[in-house]
This record gives sequence, C-alpha cells and structure tokens, in this order.
Amino acid sequence: MSASTLAPKAEANLEKTHEAAIMRCSGEWTLRAIPPLERHIAQLAWPASGAVIIESTAVTALDSVGAWLIFRTLRQLERMGLNVTIRGLCPEYQALLQLIQTHASGERAPGLLRHSFLNRFGRIVWRHVDEFNGLLAFLGEIVVAMLRALAHPSRIRWRAVLYNLQIAGFNALPIVGLLAFLIGVVVAFQGSVQLVRYGANIFVADLVGLSILREMAPLLTAIIVAGRSGSAYAAQIGTMKVTEEIDALRTIGVSPMELLVLPKMLALLVALPLLTVYADILGVLGGMIVAKTQLNVGFADFLDRFDDAVKVSSFLVGLGKAPVFAAIIVLVGCFQGFRVSGSADSVGHQTTVSVVQAIFLVIVFDALFSVIFSWLKI
Amino acid sequence: MNDVSDPIIEIRHLHTRFGDAVVHDDVNLVVLRGEIFALAGSSGCGKSTLLREIIQLQQPESGSIKVFGCEVQGMRSDQATIMRRRMGVMFERGALFSALTVAENVGMPLREHTNLSSELIDEIAAIKIALVGLPDSAGAKYPAELSGGMRKRAALARAIALDPELLILDEPTAGLDPLSANSLDELVRHLKELLGLTILMITHDIDLLWGVADRVAILGDGHVLGEGTMEELSKSDHPMVRAYFYGPRGRAAWEQTWNQK
Repeated sequence: MSASTLAPKAEANLEKTHEAAIMRCSGEWTLRAIPPLERHIAQLAWPASGAVIIESTAVTALDSVGAWLIFRTLRQLERMGLNVTIRGLCPEYQALLQLIQTHASGERAPGLLRHSFLNRFGRIVWRHVDEFNGLLAFLGEIVVAMLRALAHPSRIRWRAVLYNLQIAGFNALPIVGLLAFLIGVVVAFQGSVQLVRYGANIFVADLVGLSILREMAPLLTAIIVAGRSGSAYAAQIGTMKVTEEIDALRTIGVSPMELLVLPKMLALLVALPLLTVYADILGVLGGMIVAKTQLNVGFADFLDRFDDAVKVSSFLVGLGKAPVFAAIIVLVGCFQGFRVSGSADSVGHQTTVSVVQAIFLVIVFDALFSVIFSWLKI
Repeated sequence: MNDVSDPIIEIRHLHTRFGDAVVHDDVNLVVLRGEIFALAGSSGCGKSTLLREIIQLQQPESGSIKVFGCEVQGMRSDQATIMRRRMGVMFERGALFSALTVAENVGMPLREHTNLSSELIDEIAAIKIALVGLPDSAGAKYPAELSGGMRKRAALARAIALDPELLILDEPTAGLDPLSANSLDELVRHLKELLGLTILMITHDIDLLWGVADRVAILGDGHVLGEGTMEELSKSDHPMVRAYFYGPRGRAAWEQTWNQK
C-alpha cells in the first residue's frame, strides 16, 4: 500500500467572505493541515470593531489542535473587543471545543524560571559551599566506617575488597606500565640534550630517578586511576541510586557505606601504592634505555649512579603520596555517585564532575606536599 | 473512511518464539475503529511482546500484523514514520525523558513531526497537560519531581500530543492507588469519546476491564483463549478464563459492576 493512504492529503481553509465580518472555515482542521493555517491566521486583517461570525459548517474534521487554534483565535478576537460568534459547528466538534475551553487556563506551559545574574551567582556559590560541606561529611562517614571496620575486621567484605583490588589494581597494570615507561623515555630524552652539552651524561640517573620517583610516577598513576576507576565508582553508585538499589540496600539493613565504599577504599589504599612502585620501576627502565642508546651510559653505570643519587627518602616521599591520592579518588568518586539525583543525565554529569574534581584535588595535594617537603627539607 | 467496522489492527496467524519458548502460537485478533480493546492474561503470556510487535519494536517469527490496513513487517522506514505519527504509545513506566521538563516531553513529538511555531507548540503542550488532569505547574517540572500517578498522566499527555488515531496503553493503571486508577479510567474513556480515539490497552486491572473496555481478549498458552465483551467472556467455560473471572478479585469486580447496573 502506498504512503499516500497512510497520510491522506489534508487541507484546512479559512477565507474571508466579501462581507468582511464573516469568516468561513472549511476542510480538515487537524494537526496535519494546521501549520500553514497558523501563519495565515496571524496575517489576517480583522475588523477594528463590531461583530465577527465564524461560519464552520464546512469543517470536515477537527482534532484538539484544530480546536485549540479556533479557541485561540476566538480569544484573541475577544481581547480585541470584537463580538465573536461561532456558527454551524456540529455537536461533536462543539463538545471538543468546549473541552478545550474548560481546560485552557494557563496561557502556555511555563518554561524554566529565569534568574537574575546575582541570583545565579549566589546559587552557584551556595551549591559549591554545600558540595564542599557534603564532601567533608562524607569523609567523616568513611572514617567512622573504617574505624568500625577496624574494630570488627570480620565485618569487612573481603570478597569485594579482592574484587576491587583486581579491577582497580591488577587490570590497570598494562596501561600504567606503558605510560610510566613512555614518561621515563621522554624525561631522559629531554634531559639528554642538555646533559650532553655539559658532558654530564651520567647525571641522567639523577634526573630520571628523582623526577620519576618523587613526582611523575605517583602523579601519573593517580591520574590514570582517577580516570579509570574514579569514574567507574561514580557511575556505578549513581546508577544504583537511580534504580533505587541504594534505598533497597538501606531497607535490607546493609549500609551502602560498608558494602560499596569501604571495599573500594581499602582496595585502592593497597593498589595505588603498589601501582606507583610498578610505575617507578618501568619509568626508570625507560630512562635507562634512553641513557644507553643516546648517552652511552650502560645499565651498570646507571644503576651505580642511581644508588648514590637517589636516597631512599625520595622513593618514600613518592610512595607516601599514593595512599592520600587513593583516598581522594575513592572519596570524590563515591561522593559524586551518591549525589546523582533521578535522571540518566545526572549520572553522566556527576561522573564527569568526579573525574575532574579527583584530578584537580590530586594535583592540589601534590603541590601542597611539595611545599611541606621543602619546609621539612626532605 | 471513518466506517465504524473498519479494522485498525488486524493480526493473523502470528507466531513468536524466544529460543525454545513459544510465546505466540497462532494468535488472531482484530481491533476495530473507535473501540477500547483490552488485552488481558497472566504475566508472561506474551501481551507485552504482542504490543512491541505491533509498534515495531520487535519482529514476530511468522504471521501478519496490519495496522491502519498496512502490513507492518518489512515496512519501509518512511512509511513506518508516517504510521508512528498516527499512533501514541504510553509505556508501562512512563518512559518520560528525564532530561526534559514535562512540557518539553509533551511538546517533543510536535517539534519533531510538525513545523508549528514553538509558541503554538507550548500552548498545545499546556492544553494536553491540562487535559490529562495535571496542574499547570506540572509543566515546568522534571519527571523525577513527579509522583508515580502524575508521571503516568504526563506520559499519557505525551502519547496524545499528536492527536493519534490509535492510542496504545501498556498497563495504564499498574502501580497506581485505586483512586488514581479510577480517575485514569475515566480519563481514558473521556478522551476516547471526545477525541474519537481507538484504544488498545494491556491490563491486569479487572476493574478497568469491566468498566472501560468495549472488548477484551484473554491471552494464555500462546493462544487467544477468549475474545468478546466482558459479559460474553464471563460465560466462557475455558478453565483459565474462568480462573481469571471467578478468582476472589475477579468476583468482587464483577459484583460491583452488577450492583451498578
């Protein structure tokens, strides 16, 4: 069957008869035929005063959109001070028009409220303050939950901890290793150009060792994990919130904190330092390979110098930052997950926010650590 | 064209199976223009599958489904679009777009399918929202801010946005309290009378079957176990149909209708 039977050609007409006060409606006043008519009506020249008769005997079909258009025109004319009568509408259509009339209270669906600049600014500030408060409260809850778990280690869900250890830790090995290796290569390469100029080739070990162990490896690992796992935490908890699974957990008497947040925290507190050590090793390996090929510093010479140049404290400084970064990632990821409200859109938004905030906080804390360590002269 | 006995949906020899599970085994149904047709039957008897096949979200294994006289299987996509414009579907859980307000939800089919001015679209959305009995203030709200009953009404407003000839309702009263369910019953009947709709609904609600439906088909075991008005069905001697009517809930609804007459 052809498309034309599905959509019969529809036509709606409104013509002015030579007696200026009578309008004649005809044809199908339905959604299919309305759009040109809407524009036509807007352009009509109505008489300035007196009576208008709308003659509608020839209307062959009327749906709610058509009825609305008639009603809207009537209302507009009445507001202009004209005396309008409608004539010849068959009873069914009359009933439809009546229905539209009784329900037409509002002018139009109210759109979103528009606020002034100051109002919006205030709202934004308030939202951020509120969010910060919430984050602190959430941190408090996690600490309480962790202390409780330490008091009763049997209540820790070890299976979930091990699962998270695998997902956030073990499965991240390839990407973390590859990127750390490449960063090691890049650092050594950039340094080698300068070092060759001064004939200080052997100092490549200092350069690579200190920068990778103290800064690059912990920061890089934390950023990758924030992108990989922090977002997953927010999305998982957010989706569970939308489907009311979190509420279900609470009613069953299982604390979402214990089931969802604590295992992630414990797992990442272990996984991130381990990943950092792994990144240390591969970063230095990348540096060693560049040292051998570009600077003629063999592996044995490199490691010899490495031993002198890099103190254990440098390694520990880098490693010590990892648990703090892990806590930030889990805290922000889970917190943003719990802030999801209702819609699918909200899950996407909070997931994005969680990654941005986690990386932001990781870098801020890294800067703070640098300041503190330089005070302490470590 | 608007002949009363003109079939809107015609289903012939429909077979569907998922793997080894046979869902429909030779189902035949006809829905006529201007009637309220209800599909009933126990959970998992293939009501929702049948509905999804009618609105082309799923393909049957064999058989024919004609909507507005056109075979839906293998329909070209431009024809399918035209056909979809002529029917409105209300999903069981509303399926309102959570990122849009109620007014935007209702206006969306109009924006997509017509070139009306956005001012007129907003007005039409407002009138549809009023028609389904929601307060004016509901238009600016997001679906997440509405109660379950209001969400169903909003979903109904979106389903009737394009003034469809065929309205398909999946469990219109499921999850509503009896009062809201009653008012939704009335709303459906009211809309049908005023807008001249044909309504196909899936329901478990025995009150809705007695009170609103013109004709009812009961599905079970992959077949249509009985089809006709509720009075006719109540005289059926098929054990599953009888179980449906003469269970405690069925009896109460039957007595209530009887007392009203």
